[in-house]
Amino acid sequence: MDLFLQNFMNIPSLMRIYPLLLQGLELTVLLALVSLPLSILSGLSVAILYSFGGLRSRRAVIIMIDFLRSFPVLVLLILIYYSLPFFGLTLGSFTAVVAALVINNTGYFGEIFRAGLESIPKGQHEAAAALGLHRFKAMILIILPQAIRKVVAPLASNSLELVKATSIAALVSLPELLRSARVAQEQTYNPTPLTAAAVIFFIMLWPFSHWVSRMERKAIIGRNER
Amino acid sequence: MKQILDNYFNVPVMVEAFPEVLRGFFVTVEVALCVIVLGVALGLAFALLRCAENRVLNFLITAYVEVFRTLPQLVIMIFIYFGLPYLGIRFSPFLATALALAAVLAAFSAEIFWATIMAVSKGQWEAASALGLSRRRTLRLVILPQAIRLAIPLVTNRSIAITKGTALGAAVSLPEALGNAQSIMAIQANPSPLTLAAAFYLAFFIPLVWLSRVLEKRYSKAY
Repeated sequence: MDLFLQNFMNIPSLMRIYPLLLQGLELTVLLALVSLPLSILSGLSVAILYSFGGLRSRRAVIIMIDFLRSFPVLVLLILIYYSLPFFGLTLGSFTAVVAALVINNTGYFGEIFRAGLESIPKGQHEAAAALGLHRFKAMILIILPQAIRKVVAPLASNSLELVKATSIAALVSLPELLRSARVAQEQTYNPTPLTAAAVIFFIMLWPFSHWVSRMERKAIIGRNER
Repeated sequence: MKQILDNYFNVPVMVEAFPEVLRGFFVTVEVALCVIVLGVALGLAFALLRCAENRVLNFLITAYVEVFRTLPQLVIMIFIYFGLPYLGIRFSPFLATALALAAVLAAFSAEIFWATIMAVSKGQWEAASALGLSRRRTLRLVILPQAIRLAIPLVTNRSIAITKGTALGAAVSLPEALGNAQSIMAIQANPSPLTLAAAFYLAFFIPLVWLSRVLEKRYSKAY
């Protein structure tokens, strides 16, 4: 027990490294704040493209979504970060991480929105057209609000996964929370910073993750009752 | 165009890198299989244990699920590989990667199985008990088959999403496809091995993603 406390909850070492962790936390939050809206927007555009498209472009969109979803996000990140410099285009690690997250999550969010849009009955489109609404206006005012309400649970769940995935930035030495904790651990020869990073991640994400899991449970139970 | 071919699809470099990346890919597949088997089995076990309605056990399982659902996989992996040795607990890169991912999958699938068990309507329990079935037999013969059917597409999706994390093994020096490709890239000063690794990952995951689409369609209706 003593060994455990000394190693994983070492207060002096924590006092020494907490500014580093705070800096890391800041970057993690910033990464999430930049990538999440961009991914949602880009996924939504892909889904709207799908619902306006003809048969062929729909198939193309599905293939693209599945292609993007098939990449492990780290593979995408390494590909972007390490291969573009060979073309004389050097991205900063922050930009590279945002790009990888957005490209990957365009697939995930695209599929979620697409399923939502598709679940809206055709009558809604027809009713909107009968009222003289332009297709685009009908989409924004009538179809989209209903579709989004249906996919709140998967949207929230995927947003959580995106925020969790920001930690891969540690692998291209962007000093976000996890990376800072690793650096601190190596400086202090003590894994307390790692514990601290895990605790910070948990405190930051738990309320959201708890909410997501309650919604998912309700969705599963509701689906069976229908 | 020539630049793209030279850097991403350089045939001599790829040929030379192929055996190493392929070996890495086998490691990737092995880890993925361990993660799925261990994670889903553990998750199902947790969900069944919750049915025993023991307070202490329920608290422990719920706490486990909440923690491992919430923490990023990479944080857990790094903690296992770089943190635990301070306690004298040392895992190989393979075990560290597999355990971290399996722990996460166990949490997610425990939650899914539990939710689907709850989703089977109360009337089924009552009907089974009216037929004289014990609680345990009801669970095994009546509830579980329905619950598992509901859980299949959800657990498949989760398993696929989490096995994509095997690439994270590169962080704990697991010699999987991506890590191997990266070291060859550094030696050859050419990123074509990365293309190769990405191609392997895609060849592995595109069919799985497609499978999850099919399963979702097939099981989307209740009985």
